[in-house]
Amino acid sequence: MNTKNNTETGADQKQIHDVAIEEGARRLTREKIHSVLSELIRTEGGARLSAYSNACVHCGMCSEACHHYLSNDRDPKLSPAGKVKQTIAVIMARKGKVGPDFMKKACEIAFTECNLCRRCMMYCPFGIDVAYLMLFIRRACHKLGVVPQYIQDTAHSHSATMNQMWVRDDEWIDTLQWQEEEARDEIPNIRIPIEKEGADIFYSVIGPEPKFRAQLIYQMAVIMHASGADWTMSATPGWDNSDMCMYTGDMEMTARLKKVHFEAATRLKTKRIVMGECGHAFRSVYDVGNRLLGWKMPPLPMVHAIEFYYEILQQGHIEIENKFEQPVTFHDPCNIVRGRGLHETARYVVDKTCKTFIELEPNREHNFCCGAGGGVINCGPPFKNKRVKSNRIKAEQLASAKSKGAEVVIAPCHNCHGGLEDIINHYELGMEIKFLADILYECMKKE
Amino acid sequence: MHEIYPLASGFLVWVAFGVFIGGTVLRLVLLALKARRKDPVIYQYFSFYYAARSIIHWIFPFASKGMRDHPVFTIIAFVFHICLILTPIFVAAHVILIMESWQTGWWYLPNAAADIMTIIVVLCLLFFLARRILQKDVRYLSTAGDYVLLLLVAAPFITGFWTYHQWYGFETAGLLHMLSGELMLICLPFTRLFHMALFPFTRGYSGSEFGAVKGARDW
Repeated sequence: MNTKNNTETGADQKQIHDVAIEEGARRLTREKIHSVLSELIRTEGGARLSAYSNACVHCGMCSEACHHYLSNDRDPKLSPAGKVKQTIAVIMARKGKVGPDFMKKACEIAFTECNLCRRCMMYCPFGIDVAYLMLFIRRACHKLGVVPQYIQDTAHSHSATMNQMWVRDDEWIDTLQWQEEEARDEIPNIRIPIEKEGADIFYSVIGPEPKFRAQLIYQMAVIMHASGADWTMSATPGWDNSDMCMYTGDMEMTARLKKVHFEAATRLKTKRIVMGECGHAFRSVYDVGNRLLGWKMPPLPMVHAIEFYYEILQQGHIEIENKFEQPVTFHDPCNIVRGRGLHETARYVVDKTCKTFIELEPNREHNFCCGAGGGVINCGPPFKNKRVKSNRIKAEQLASAKSKGAEVVIAPCHNCHGGLEDIINHYELGMEIKFLADILYECMKKE
Repeated sequence: MHEIYPLASGFLVWVAFGVFIGGTVLRLVLLALKARRKDPVIYQYFSFYYAARSIIHWIFPFASKGMRDHPVFTIIAFVFHICLILTPIFVAAHVILIMESWQTGWWYLPNAAADIMTIIVVLCLLFFLARRILQKDVRYLSTAGDYVLLLLVAAPFITGFWTYHQWYGFETAGLLHMLSGELMLICLPFTRLFHMALFPFTRGYSGSEFGAVKGARDW
C-alpha cells in the first residue's frame, strides 16, 4: 500500500473552491438565511432533532466509528459529534442566525465529510442518527441554494429527465436494444423485454448503467435468461431507480422520482421490483421514497439484486459451472447491509460462486463505508482528493485482506465501485473490483 | 444560616422532586406530541421487540462493539452510573430520614459501602474530567456546560461525604449537600443530564429502525 501524501489530510484542505457553493452563498444575506432556517426548524425540525440535540453527552464514543476521523489522524472536527458541533448545534444555539460563510462551511461538512453511512449510530450509546442531522443541514443547503455543483447538476438531471445522467428517452431504449443485440451474439434467442405487461419482475437500474456500464444490463439479461425469469424493463421514465435528490435535500424531487418508479412498475402490472446492484437507490426506494409518498413499506414487493441471486441459486434456477478462481473479499455496502441486513444473503451468493473467500475486518454491519456514498462522490472532481485521503482506513482494511491473499473486491453497489476504485488506484493496492453479477455471469452455465 | 435549614430540608425538597418528576414527564410528553405532529415515522416504525433488543445490548456492559473497543471507559461508565443512582436511594441517612418522616423505609447500605460508592462516584467524575481535558476529540466536543455538569453532579456527593464524616464545617456542608442535591434534581430535565430520560426513546427508536425496517443490528 502506497501512503503517498497521507499527511495532507482532508481537514487541511478546507476551502475547496466549488463554484455553486460560492455563487449560492454570494446571493445570501443573514436575513434570508435566518428566515429560511427558522422556517425549516419550525416546519420540519421535529422530535428527532430535539431529542438528538439534547441526548448527546459529548462522550466521543462515535469518533472511532467514522472513517473520516480515523483517516485524518483523528482530527476531532471529523468525529460525527464534531461535525454536529460545527453545523446543526450552532444553528440551533443561534436560532438560525448565521451568515453565508457559515453556510458554506456547513455545506462542505454535510456534503463531503459525512457519507450518511450510519456507522456512528451503532457506536453512539444513544443511537443518535448523525446522518439524519447531516441530512437536515443538506436540506437547509438545498433550501438556500448552496449545494456543490456536480451533485446539483445530477439533481437537475433528475428533475428534467427523471433519470440521473441526462439520458434521453430514445437513448435509453436504444441502449437496451444495443445490449440485446450484443447478447444475441452469445445467446441467439436472448431478449431484453421492454414494456412487457404482466411480467413477474420489473427490473430497474440506475442512470449510470446505460450511460457507461451498459455491460451490466447485458449481464443481467443473461442471468435473467438463464434462470428462466419472466422480466421486463420500462421504456418510459421510471426505469431509473437512482436518486441524488435524496442527498441534496430535495425531498420533493425524491418523492416525484420514487412515484414515477413505482408507477412504471404498476403500469406494467408487474408483480415485484428487482433492483440492480446499487446501494443508494435501494435506500431511496426501500427506505426514503416510500415514506415521502406515505407508504409505510414500498407499495409493491421489491428486492435488491443480491436477494434475487440468492433466490435463483437456492432454488437451482441457475447452475454454477466453475467457481471463481481468484481469492475474493466482500465489501458490505452501507445501504443494503446497515440498511437492509443483506450481509448473510450476499455471503451465500459469494460462497456458491467463489472458491476462496477472505473477510474484510471489520465486516457486516461494522464494515467501513467506501467513502463515496451519501452523494459524496457525486460532489465531483473538486472534492475527489479529499474524499480519497479521507478514507485511508478503507485502504488499510483492503490492504489487510490483500495480505491474506484477496485479489478481488466484490462490491454490489455502484457508488462503492467508484469509491473503492479511486482508493485502490490512489493507494496502489493492485486489487480488482467486481459486482456480484460479474462473478455470476463469469461462472454460471449460460444456456 | 440556620433559618435556611428547614427550608432546604423541607419545602425545597418538594420543589426539587416536583420539578424533577414534573419536568421530566412534561418534556417527554411534549416530545411525544411533537413526534406525533412532525415525526409520525417514529410511531409508525416503533417496535417494542426491536427497541428492547437494542436497549438490552446497550445497558449491559460489553454487549456492544463500541463498549468492547473501550473497556476502561465502559467499566468506569457503568460503575459510575450504578453508584450514582443507587447511593442516594440506599444510603442509610436518606432512608432514616424517610423513616422518621413517614414511618416507612427500605433496606439501606452499610455505611462503609455507601462511603466507598461515594468515593467511586467522585473518582469517576475526576476520570471524566481528565478525559474531557486530555482526549483530543472529547476536549473538542466539550462545552463549558459539560464541565459545570461534572461539578453539579460531584457537589452533592462531596458535601454528603463531608457531612457524614462530620469534618470541620459539616453543618454548612450538610446545608450545601441538600441545596446541591436539589439543584441537581431541578437541572435534570433541562440540561444534558436529561440524557437519562431520553435514552430508552432514542435507543429504542434506533433499534426499531435497524431491527424492524432495516433488518440489521445496531450494537
